[in-house]
Amino acid sequence: MLNINCPYCGDRSQKEFAYGGDGTVKRPELNKEVSDEKWNEFVYLRKSPRGKHIELWHHIAGCRQWFKVQRDTVTHEIFKTAKMNEEIK
Amino acid sequence: MSQSYRLKNEGLINRNKEIIFKFNGKKYTGYEGDTLASALLANGVHLVGRSFKYHRPRGFFGAGVDEPNAKLQIQLNGHSEPNVNATEFELVEGVEASSQNCWPSVEFDIGAINNFLNRFFPAGFYYKTFMWPKSFWYKIYEPFIRKAAGLGIASVEKDKERYEHKYEYCDLLVTGSGPAGLSSAYSAAKNGAKVILAEDKPRFGGSLLTDDVTIDNLSGKDWADKIITELKEMPNVIVKNRSQVFGYYDHNMMVMFERTGDHLNDKPKYTPRQRLWYVRAKEVLLSTGSIERPIVFGNNDTPGVFLSAAAKEYIKVYGVLVGKKPLIFTNNDSAYETALEFKKQGIEPIILDTREEQSSELIDSAKNQNIQIKFCHAVISANGYKKVRSAQIGKLNKEKTGFENLQTIECDCICVSGFWTPTVHLASQSGNKLKFNDDIDAFIPDKSKQNEKSVGASNGTFTLKETLEDGFKTGFEVSKNITNNNILTSTPNSNETKKSAHDKFWCSPLPNGKNYKRFVDFQNDVAVSDIEVALREGYRSIEHVKRYTTLGMATDQGRTSNLNGLQLVANVEKKIVPQVGHTTFRPPFTPITIGTIVGREIDMEYMPTRKTPMHTWHEKNNAVFVDAGAWKRPRYYKQGNESLFEASKREAKNVRDHVGICDVTTLGKIDIKGPDSAEFLNRVYTNAWLKLPIGKARYGVMLREDGIVMDDGTTTRISENHYHMTTTTAQAANVLSHLEYYLQIVWPELNVNVISTTEQWAGAALAGPKSRDVLAKLFPNLDVTNESLPFMGYMEGDLFGVKARIFRISFSGELAYEINVESDCGLYMWEKIIEIGKEFNIQPYGTEALSTLRIEMGHVAGPELDGRTIPYDVSLEGLLSKKKDFIGKRSLQKEAFNKNDRQKIVGLVPTDKKSSIPEGSHLVVDKNAKLPNPKLGHVSSSCWSVENNNPFSLAIVKDGKNMIGKKLFAVSPLKNTAIEVEIISSHYVDHEGKRVRS
Repeated sequence: MLNINCPYCGDRSQKEFAYGGDGTVKRPELNKEVSDEKWNEFVYLRKSPRGKHIELWHHIAGCRQWFKVQRDTVTHEIFKTAKMNEEIK
Repeated sequence: MSQSYRLKNEGLINRNKEIIFKFNGKKYTGYEGDTLASALLANGVHLVGRSFKYHRPRGFFGAGVDEPNAKLQIQLNGHSEPNVNATEFELVEGVEASSQNCWPSVEFDIGAINNFLNRFFPAGFYYKTFMWPKSFWYKIYEPFIRKAAGLGIASVEKDKERYEHKYEYCDLLVTGSGPAGLSSAYSAAKNGAKVILAEDKPRFGGSLLTDDVTIDNLSGKDWADKIITELKEMPNVIVKNRSQVFGYYDHNMMVMFERTGDHLNDKPKYTPRQRLWYVRAKEVLLSTGSIERPIVFGNNDTPGVFLSAAAKEYIKVYGVLVGKKPLIFTNNDSAYETALEFKKQGIEPIILDTREEQSSELIDSAKNQNIQIKFCHAVISANGYKKVRSAQIGKLNKEKTGFENLQTIECDCICVSGFWTPTVHLASQSGNKLKFNDDIDAFIPDKSKQNEKSVGASNGTFTLKETLEDGFKTGFEVSKNITNNNILTSTPNSNETKKSAHDKFWCSPLPNGKNYKRFVDFQNDVAVSDIEVALREGYRSIEHVKRYTTLGMATDQGRTSNLNGLQLVANVEKKIVPQVGHTTFRPPFTPITIGTIVGREIDMEYMPTRKTPMHTWHEKNNAVFVDAGAWKRPRYYKQGNESLFEASKREAKNVRDHVGICDVTTLGKIDIKGPDSAEFLNRVYTNAWLKLPIGKARYGVMLREDGIVMDDGTTTRISENHYHMTTTTAQAANVLSHLEYYLQIVWPELNVNVISTTEQWAGAALAGPKSRDVLAKLFPNLDVTNESLPFMGYMEGDLFGVKARIFRISFSGELAYEINVESDCGLYMWEKIIEIGKEFNIQPYGTEALSTLRIEMGHVAGPELDGRTIPYDVSLEGLLSKKKDFIGKRSLQKEAFNKNDRQKIVGLVPTDKKSSIPEGSHLVVDKNAKLPNPKLGHVSSSCWSVENNNPFSLAIVKDGKNMIGKKLFAVSPLKNTAIEVEIISSHYVDHEGKRVRS
């Protein structure tokens, strides 16, 4: 069970969170033309990287904030967590 | 004679408290502080079970978690438990133990015939034999294997015991209270760290309880007692005995199994039997010690063969002799300590040492006490069937590959020592790749992947002095990094006997012409010959050898067999052990009970129950409930002997004819506030929301980004920047997460806040032609006429002193209202409506009638919005705005979503107007077609139409818009039905939707 540092609440057990997928995906803007290819990529295509990966988590049994987690997909080590408006380098 | 192997004065047991227990139906006595094993041994009982495959007689071998043989069925307080380790189970009054895997008895076991047929049971026997014919598998092979396999018998009774879970945090978790654990826990605690010290056994001290050492001029045991007493008094320390840390998970999540009540005869009320601890530790110190490994020899599984350290522990801790004529067989010095303990009790041991004659402190001390030592000797085989009677021994030749002369020695036990194996299971579980240490011929932890460190014997440090130094130092350093304190505890002086090097002798060779079974893994009956067969047949990877032979796969996880198995493979393959590698260690380290894993989450506590504020009323009025997620909802209100079918028909008919009331509290409710709320709803829903006036409700559909319908519901504009959204009961949580996702991540610039108010509002739906009459009487001061409160209108009112929200919305298709009041007033509102509605024939209706009403009307719900349908499929395409963008809109351009023969919702009526159509039925053209019969669609919802008095269903059918008027078959292989149906419109009642607007 992972230990996740919610940027709003602090260290909490994984039990309180829901996984939210790849944190690097950007939704195409509303009311703009989007090619089939781009839209398809946004809706369906995700990378499954080995190693460092930025993902989204949702503190559903806590502050209900979505935030970013940088995690190693092999070792599960968490390097950083950040609010949505913060960058993870 | 009772307890004839019990020593007069030795041991840590409580001789003032005698305990009577039963084993295989016979009564025995032991003492408080005994294990089942020590008490049986005190009574001279060695034969405790039969082996897994060959049904060979087996006795005790170890004295703790190392035990591979003594797994017993335990009966206690009317509760039966299989596979209990007798060397760990603490003796309690009234316990009845019995042997497993034998029939009719452990003394005479029919299955032992396997032993004499063992040449027919080589490695991989089951794989090779039961391959064909395939048809034999279910009827003949599987039942046979099931009967032959397995150990104890699982109880089919409900477990009445109480189990608990506990969560704890600490700076430092120390696993094991031997010298390494005590010293590191003590020095870390002194330096201010929050420490948990866990000891598997009832007594603290580990090897200090049995080793002849002094620390700080105290005996090992006295020093351990002193440190434990001090630790227990420190507020920053939790000390736990009977607690096995069995799992090392991610981010230093340690899981520990505590036997809180097993040893208590009169367990106080609410004391759990066992407790599972989840401990999140900043640092973990693994002081799990080491386990002695045996030397493999012929018939080494005969009862009476022990690990030498176990024999010593039985003397020192339990005051029990495992034999009175011991033969000690060793390749190292530590078994000499066992010999000296026997000698101290007036017993004459004989030592066989595989090494050349040599001198060391221990060897000299044995010599000085005139103990007979035979150097360069080994045990070839144990003689005796149910108990060791003698041993065949031999002088080893120079290469130690054969014997020069053979001889039989009388003995009643053989205590064997093949040196020590560090217990590295937890380190390995943490992700630490182990490395082989040539000095001790065993694996030790290498680089840490998590915050863990091994100290003492588990790290391959076998001297007390170094262990203490390492323990005190590590405890200090680790705690310093956490607490920033700098309180250094100095290492006490210590005394121990020095030991000389061990011999790399792991397995006695077979003399010419002899073919003794030499067991490597006792619990799974894996002999040297099985490993040789596996290698001969081409298995090379140690993981494959393990699975083919089952070496190390039993509940003892190969604690005494792993390294001997690896040495054997290495010898045959002419490799060294590190090249062979080792198999993976996985949790749990020791078996734990299912009850502990489940904890208190059983029955009612399995998940929370959500009840609406009107629940007690429903109960009083004979509601039959149905689970909707965690909610309990009335399915129908039973009158007299009514069936579900009859009741739901009556309730639905009453809504169509008069007026009904339904508890709709469970619908998801989300409060939406903020100046950008309208814009947000406009993006979330498929239809237009910017111009919804205050005091009006609107039906909306939301999609996922892939164009699939996610949920539907009504949202009402309460005031300028305040909306009230409803969701389906099932999707309430998902919709909230969905809204939060878009507000927080995608469009953070929108000034909107959302919060769930499902629990805050109690809801009642008032439906039927008379509902306005009831409403008018409920709110005499309000104008509730069609002009003032039209369809999709909203009002606030005073319901006999309670503030109420009135929505004119309808799921039943009738003239209907939904009234919400604050939850606390829900029951009050409900009772008022029932009271006032009496004169209008009001009746409550449950979910079954609710479904009937919406199906008849062709309103879609969960069965239609099943995660596979787009708006077109469920005839909601009219709600797709062409003017604006919304979530999922771009996906609707997909080719497959725009095909001419796209599936669509339709209605179905059986042509006989009688047969109910099972939900889930497939729609096909020819009911007798060859399988797989081409499927045109499926039946999503079925009901008995109270309006038309015949069955009616909704279905989603390929090319649905052109199918009206056609006939198909609804086939259900599950129900074995094939019903001819006519396809009609999905709106079976009030096609024009007049009633809701009336």
